[in-house]
Amino acid sequence: MSWDVDYFMELFLAGLTRGSIYALIALGYTMVYGIIELINFAHGEIYMIGAFTALIVTGVLTLMGWNSVAILFIAAGVAVVYSSAYGYTVEKIAYKPLRNAPRLSALISAIGMSLFLQNYVLLAQTSDFLPFPALIPEFEWLRPWEHIVRSSQVVIYVTTAIVMILLTFLIKFTRIGKAMRAVSQDKEMAMLVGVDVNRVISVTFIVGSATAAIGGVLIASHIGQINFYIGFIAGIKAFVAAVLGGIGSIPGAVLGSLVLGWTESFFTGYISSDYEDVFAFLFLVFILIFRPSGILGRAESEKV
Amino acid sequence: MISFAEIKKSFLVSLWFVFLTFPIMVIRVNTIYKRVEWRWENMLLVGIGSFFFSFVWRYLLRRKELGRKKKLAEEAGVRVTLWQRLTEDRRIYLLVLAVVIAFIAAYPFVFSMYQTNIMISALIYIMLGLGINIVVGLAGLLDLGYVAFYAVGAYSYALLNYHFGLNFWLALPIGAAAGAFFGILLGYPVLRLRGDYLAIVTLGFGEIIRLILENWNEFSFGPSGIANIPRPWFFGIKMSLEQSSIFIYFLLIALVVFTIFVVNRLKDSRIGRAWIAMREDEVACQAMGIDRTKTKLTAFALGATWAGMAGVMFAAKTTFINPASFTIWESINVLCIVVLGGMGSILGVIFGALALILLPEYLRAFSEYRMLLFGFILVTMMVFRPGGIISATRRTYKFKSLDES
Amino acid sequence: MDMRKTFTVVIVGVFLVFSLVGISAAADTIKLGVAGPHSGDLASYGIPSVHAAEIVVKKINAKGGVMGKQVELLVEDDVCKPEIATNTATKLVSEGVDVVLGHICSGATKAALGIYKDAKKIAMSPSATNPALTQSGDYPNFYRTIASDDAQAQLEVDFALNNLKAKKIAVLHDKGDYGKGLAEFAKSFLEKDPRAEVVLFEGVTPGAVDYSAVVQKIKQSGADAVIFGGYHPEASKIVTQMRKKKMKTAFVSDDGVKDDTFIKVAGQYAEGVYATGPKDLSSNPMYNEAVEEHRKAYGDDPGAFYPQAYAATLALLNAIEKAGSTDYDALRKALQTNDVDTPLGKIRFDAKGDATGVGFSVYQVKNGKYVEVK
Repeated sequence: MSWDVDYFMELFLAGLTRGSIYALIALGYTMVYGIIELINFAHGEIYMIGAFTALIVTGVLTLMGWNSVAILFIAAGVAVVYSSAYGYTVEKIAYKPLRNAPRLSALISAIGMSLFLQNYVLLAQTSDFLPFPALIPEFEWLRPWEHIVRSSQVVIYVTTAIVMILLTFLIKFTRIGKAMRAVSQDKEMAMLVGVDVNRVISVTFIVGSATAAIGGVLIASHIGQINFYIGFIAGIKAFVAAVLGGIGSIPGAVLGSLVLGWTESFFTGYISSDYEDVFAFLFLVFILIFRPSGILGRAESEKV
Repeated sequence: MISFAEIKKSFLVSLWFVFLTFPIMVIRVNTIYKRVEWRWENMLLVGIGSFFFSFVWRYLLRRKELGRKKKLAEEAGVRVTLWQRLTEDRRIYLLVLAVVIAFIAAYPFVFSMYQTNIMISALIYIMLGLGINIVVGLAGLLDLGYVAFYAVGAYSYALLNYHFGLNFWLALPIGAAAGAFFGILLGYPVLRLRGDYLAIVTLGFGEIIRLILENWNEFSFGPSGIANIPRPWFFGIKMSLEQSSIFIYFLLIALVVFTIFVVNRLKDSRIGRAWIAMREDEVACQAMGIDRTKTKLTAFALGATWAGMAGVMFAAKTTFINPASFTIWESINVLCIVVLGGMGSILGVIFGALALILLPEYLRAFSEYRMLLFGFILVTMMVFRPGGIISATRRTYKFKSLDES
Repeated sequence: MDMRKTFTVVIVGVFLVFSLVGISAAADTIKLGVAGPHSGDLASYGIPSVHAAEIVVKKINAKGGVMGKQVELLVEDDVCKPEIATNTATKLVSEGVDVVLGHICSGATKAALGIYKDAKKIAMSPSATNPALTQSGDYPNFYRTIASDDAQAQLEVDFALNNLKAKKIAVLHDKGDYGKGLAEFAKSFLEKDPRAEVVLFEGVTPGAVDYSAVVQKIKQSGADAVIFGGYHPEASKIVTQMRKKKMKTAFVSDDGVKDDTFIKVAGQYAEGVYATGPKDLSSNPMYNEAVEEHRKAYGDDPGAFYPQAYAATLALLNAIEKAGSTDYDALRKALQTNDVDTPLGKIRFDAKGDATGVGFSVYQVKNGKYVEVK
């Protein structure tokens, strides 16, 4: 195994790509968990619906002969709108009635929703793997490094960075962000000081779903293929990433995702792809033994 | 009853759904064949469907709210469930028991082999459900990787049989022991973790076991699996497929009865009380002097033991195993059994297992919509009955006050 | 309280009703079971076989059936999962099936065969290519109308060495039973051959978010050719990434990839890809007729394993006719001693269950279509 720089860089960038996609999905997981302490199993399906919606829009617009960059933006926009709508609806139907129910029931409801959405798309669309047209144009200035990194990857990095910055800005400097932080700290207290908890929760779901949708569009463009099942696996990985980084923490979600992406990439590249998932999980266990709340997680103090 | 405001609300809901499902239901894009199909009829379907459905949904939600308020109001008196009433009246209880026993005994002879086979699957899942009930229902430890122990049991029988010709009856206790061992193995790293961190680590553990089985060919034969696993042996009598099925059926009935007995006793034992205490409040139970480590580890170990045994039965029944049978979905399935049926209650778990196995088989008629319906049922069940079909009832002691007679 | 009671009664009642449904009466027909994945992500591999059986049975019934009796189809879904396949097999057996067309996936077939063997029913698969199924001798009741994986792997290896003159070969698979098995055969054949070395042997995780790492590894290993065992979704992802990285490595794959869906999904990147598949049949008039029949009945071109399933149905029903009964031993003898004309040519079966006269060729994607390489 040659240790040349090119190979290392390729693996690094491949890991960065994976990590960025996981991050876009993990952000949604972590935000929802922070607010209502629910593992939103259906979140992976929101990501998949984002990808499918984008595919549909792209398909229609391509047939009408529109310009590819325009299609990309419109498809992404429509995907975001629809994913947010789905996220909002799912919350209202499957999670809101269970706010006071045992945690496990809400989890099962989430799982049921995940199953429902998967099969809904399967039946309404198709079980085939559908090719996704490459909407991201090849950048001229990237040509010398084309064998290491492609323009779609660069777009992914930049977008993830922008999303993270925007999200941090939202949480730290806006009123709704403050409200979100309040609700995640103490729901009852937030209600007492006049925060509309239902609205805050809905906004959280919407924002989380929007980021997942962006992830869906980007990864579909990059890999070139989507299928009704992609949400499940990506969802599990993103969830692992969120836990790794400390669930409930936004920088944690991104950090955890990047760490997971790099771990997988380097392990595959230097050792073997057979056990990459095993290694990723073992790594998770290892981290959690020493930091039970995840890398950036807040150490929870239990009030007696 | 149906006011204008209601109609308006439902109308808005149906508009929302039409908008929501527009891309996916109306437009079918097939980029393989470069075709776009517009299905406007679906819009009508969604609109009308959601309009009526929203009425029903809101009605049921209101009923649930009313029911809950009523329950809170009558908190003074202790709730007596139907089952408690039944079991208290000795005669009804014995009668029901006799009917059930007769039904179980006659089942394989009255119904076809296919039905018996399905019932065997259901029984295996009952065992799994009861096992995970210990971990999740009693001890409150969210285990998403339960399938790992199931796989351990199955593979230990398959491999020991392949290499050493070990027969079924020896494999059964060995499978149980292997399960317990791995349960403890899993328990150690997760001692410090709480709630959802525990969930993800157990999920990871389940995946690790499956991936190792899939990739370590020399050990486990990888994805091709192990075939020709012998069925349980009964004094060397050569049994046809039908007789073998009947034999496995009764064997499983015996095992399930044994499991129910053990779990029942455990629930009321010291360790069982410790689990329930730990589930309710970990800090308080520590303050009461209960050793958290030992309690958690025993929960995992005992829970895993049943999975191990169920695994051995599974291998013996299907005679062919491969890693694809032990995915996350299986863990989720077993978890659903417990939550749907009623956490902590044995009868609930039995019902949950029966429902979960028999429903998809009988829904074969709907084949395409099977999983869709299943997801829908899960959500609906949770929204309207979060405690499960038969929720666990604590042992109640009624004190006759001096005023009552 | 009332709701709970009624709820329970309803549930119990429903169970009882459904259980009673299970007791079915036997009609006097010949029952042909068709088992395979008819739902889920592998449905596209199983549904064409159902179509084939439907078309053949309709034709034969119109001519008076087999032995004067009408043929009845029992179609069951096994979603390509072994434990579901055992349920499916049990169901078919308890419904009195006479012969079975199936299953489709090697793993599911393996699981089901045990049940058919005990029940003494013959099963013929149009697609299960795992060699052990016939060669181990464990399943004398199994036949197939497609050549086995080791033959395919040998062909791929020979092609890569002789035609492509590759010296360094990367062998990949999708970690599934079929793909990994093929890859392992290819690896062992290559290791026995001094002309080339195996520089990489890796599995890709199906459904992973991105495959760059594995593709880098291929590039890093300096391989001239990639031999891939598995199905088209993974193959198209790998080929796409490879070509996007401007890698000119030749890509040789198996009949899981020799599918038009692969070309459509991979698009321009499919160009030049090699895949092995059953011998080209377009010169066989019966094959063309069978394709026409599918077009007329279903409005589309037939999918995977259609001609093999068509041939298998013909062979099974023909054997019953020739043997004069559905008795297990008589059928076995009939299958081995009679030729039957099928879209695959004139075939009969050897003692182990493989069909004679059925072989593989190498195809290449040229201008968006698979063309046989002579």
